[in-house]
Amino acid sequence: MPQPESIFAKSRPGRVGTNVPTCDTPQVDLVSTLGDLRENLRLPEVSELDLLRHFTNLSHITYGIETGFYPLGSCTMKYNPKINEKTAALPGFAGLHPMQPASTAPGAFELLRSVQEMLCEITGFSEVTLQPLAGAHGEMTCLMLIKAFHASHGEADQRTVVLVPDSAHGTNPASAARCGYSVKSIPTDEGGNTDLTALAGALDGEAGKSVAGLMLTNPSTLGLFEPNIERICEMVHAAGGQVFCDGANMNAMVGTTRPGDHGFDCMHLNLHKTFSTPHGGGGPGCGAIGLKAHLEPFLPTPVIRRSQNGSVWLDSDRPNSIGRVSAFYGQFLMEVRAYTYLRAYGKEKIADISRHAVLNANYVMARLKDVLPAAHNRPCMHECVLTAERYKREFGVKALDISKRLIDYGFHPPTNYFPLIVPEAIMIEPTETEAKETLDAFCDAIILICEEATFQPELLHDAPSTQIVGRLDETKAVKELNVTDLHL
Amino acid sequence: MPYIPHTDADRAEMLALIGVDSIDDLFREIPPNLLLKPGELNIPSALDESRLFAHLRELSLKNISVNDVTCFLGAGIYDRFIPATVGAVISRGEYLTSYTPYQPEASQGYLQTIYEFQTMIAELYGMEVANASMYDASTAMAEAAIMAIGIVKRDRVAVSSAVHPHYREVLQTYAWALGLEVVTIDAHDGKTLDFSLVQDCACVIVQSPNFFGTIESLSLARQAATDHGALLVVVSDPISNALLKPPGAYGADIVVGEGQPMGIAMGFGGPLLGLFACKKEYVRQIPGRIVGKTTELHGDREGYVMTLRTREQDIRREKATSNICTNQALMALAATVYMTALGKNGLQQIATSSVRNAQYAIQALQSSGGKLRFRDNVFCEFVLDLPADAGTVRDELLKMGILAGLPLGDYYPGLSQCLLVAVTEMRTRDEIDRYAAALKKVLANLNSKPYAEARN
Repeated sequence: MPQPESIFAKSRPGRVGTNVPTCDTPQVDLVSTLGDLRENLRLPEVSELDLLRHFTNLSHITYGIETGFYPLGSCTMKYNPKINEKTAALPGFAGLHPMQPASTAPGAFELLRSVQEMLCEITGFSEVTLQPLAGAHGEMTCLMLIKAFHASHGEADQRTVVLVPDSAHGTNPASAARCGYSVKSIPTDEGGNTDLTALAGALDGEAGKSVAGLMLTNPSTLGLFEPNIERICEMVHAAGGQVFCDGANMNAMVGTTRPGDHGFDCMHLNLHKTFSTPHGGGGPGCGAIGLKAHLEPFLPTPVIRRSQNGSVWLDSDRPNSIGRVSAFYGQFLMEVRAYTYLRAYGKEKIADISRHAVLNANYVMARLKDVLPAAHNRPCMHECVLTAERYKREFGVKALDISKRLIDYGFHPPTNYFPLIVPEAIMIEPTETEAKETLDAFCDAIILICEEATFQPELLHDAPSTQIVGRLDETKAVKELNVTDLHL
Repeated sequence: MPYIPHTDADRAEMLALIGVDSIDDLFREIPPNLLLKPGELNIPSALDESRLFAHLRELSLKNISVNDVTCFLGAGIYDRFIPATVGAVISRGEYLTSYTPYQPEASQGYLQTIYEFQTMIAELYGMEVANASMYDASTAMAEAAIMAIGIVKRDRVAVSSAVHPHYREVLQTYAWALGLEVVTIDAHDGKTLDFSLVQDCACVIVQSPNFFGTIESLSLARQAATDHGALLVVVSDPISNALLKPPGAYGADIVVGEGQPMGIAMGFGGPLLGLFACKKEYVRQIPGRIVGKTTELHGDREGYVMTLRTREQDIRREKATSNICTNQALMALAATVYMTALGKNGLQQIATSSVRNAQYAIQALQSSGGKLRFRDNVFCEFVLDLPADAGTVRDELLKMGILAGLPLGDYYPGLSQCLLVAVTEMRTRDEIDRYAAALKKVLANLNSKPYAEARN
């Protein structure tokens, strides 16, 4: 396949790619009406068919879930049901203006409140808000609630430290920094759990009085359930801190266990992971958060409630609110998709999600144990973290090489080098929507690649060789920065 | 369940290979008191696809959408033309269901569209670089303020009161969490003119066209920012940039905006598209993802990668330029297809139509009893002063099938008789005439009855 041309190279002056609405009001003099006008506007000029060929051909060199298996750890790349797209496109949802009178959108508020209520039930929290626009945004909003909670006790200036395990997602410390907190790292013990001795040390005496809270991912990014979770929450609470659950791994728990019952004070959810709204190549996400009653006064606005009589209303009397975190009602059309998804499963089948996600991950871990051992010899949850350390040591083949070779076998690679505490980490999250044959084909490919690593390591170093480009020079991309089309 | 492919035989074989008797065994590390019983969750029962769609359709029909009424409501979200090609492209499974392109070799197509998006946004705003998108304009503006604080090393920012009130609320929330101060500059007659408060601020934030639709004097804002050693941050509707001299040409340091008008459904305000562009000298402080062009490590074919990655949270952690990870990639793709479909001529045509329609509506609504509140140039939105409470007028017009605009009293107490009216290329002369006739009728009715008292 030839290298695709840029859309600007395809442009010819005078072409237009759509039938623009006509105008039947009188002409006006633009300069006297508007003032200074721009000199030129260098946008592409192509026909409608040329437009479609451009983007269709580019889609052919883009790998999605509908292309094949996408076992990217920590990302929950599950099937995105088509019915969800159909309901989100309904004119009575897609054609709503966020500033139209609230009384004219009762169906939208009913849907939003119902999503909140179902998520409350699934997570074990007393309230949910859908205002945050992505996972990291949800984390940050939770920390803002924690900050407001401490402020309400006059402890905002004193509690300036957030504890974050060394296995955490990078968004955790970054979100903490966004709330003015300094970050203290908590180590993971040899068994893969939070190091309780280190945690106790961080919470002890004067140090403990400076702790605003702990951000804990459960199951952890090692794919392991934290068996001491209740104890950990008690320890942090005893020191006056709050505990946030990073809900990136909620897919392991849906219908099986609830973070609210574990002792957490608040959590974020990635509806684009657990509740199947499509990832769209990196967004839109959807970062709902759940919280307990003591944090409710600080909820971001607007707040959607249900009365005793069942009617849904906008609660605008929020004197202690942290304020708005986004412009309107969150990622509304993503909520429509999540609602559709939850109603398709219903109470009867909702637990099938976590049960099969965990089954699939343990199956992959078991099938690969002889070539890529797990970092910890324990049942995993919805994902398994394996290590390719032996291949690096013995054959100079890195986790990244194995991943890139998987592309040649038609699979999207797993996550590499995360969590940071596992050497040559390969993190595989199959999700519940993959069939056994797919998992078998993937495991067969990895076993074959591990053989190649032993006998023909260059095959891996040079991989992928089947794509439109080989490995790209990322150093050059930084040094000779080119982020807009220079031909303009 | 069609989303889960496992048969009983599959489950049995898989459990045997794992070496456990049941799926329950796999959850044995969870303390038993924390496990739910089957069916314990109190959520509604499952619906099959046919009944599910009928249920959702029924919910949707309870709402009044722009398909049911004629929309003159804007305030940052606009009812604009969306070419059919946009939906056709963004519903393609490869785009819809892919993840962030961390494996560039398998994502060259998507990466190229992001690079083209960055190019088009930079061009539209007259800026040197743009990122791959932010969540929405409100969060993009807050990120711009925080970026300015990092560059200028002052802990205070100034924002005009003529910036969208919701964006200012979000800025206030972000600023509170970081212990930063936000100073509000009061606009006079709908325009930002007095910049004396910018002193000691890291940046001044103005919107143009502003929340009232008025085109601000960006040369004045630029001069004030320079005089006070602050950066100039401009919030700007991308469609207006098809005609107006862009913020970059006035020397703006950072430009942000709401990309929704470019091919994205209003969708009750989400998902939206935050636009973010800046001068090249600040590119290493930019929040979020950015795609760059490079070549192969061992070859000369060109390709695209996410670049300047050391700014980002997964590498830099608490020292990252922002905590943003997921952005609005699919919406950025929608905007890219939109800008490609309209191109230079189409975009200028719809912008011109909006200006013509707005000017016509100003005349028509003034002859129906409204008065233009502010005198400065507007793009396609304006403030109409009414001889009655604007909320009441809006409600009455809605009964006649017209979504008349936004009553401003909730945001600006002095403007309770004012309605913010937007007129896009979607409106026709006939629709504007009907709005004008309906307004005349409503105002006549309100004058004959003591409506305002009845409301109180």
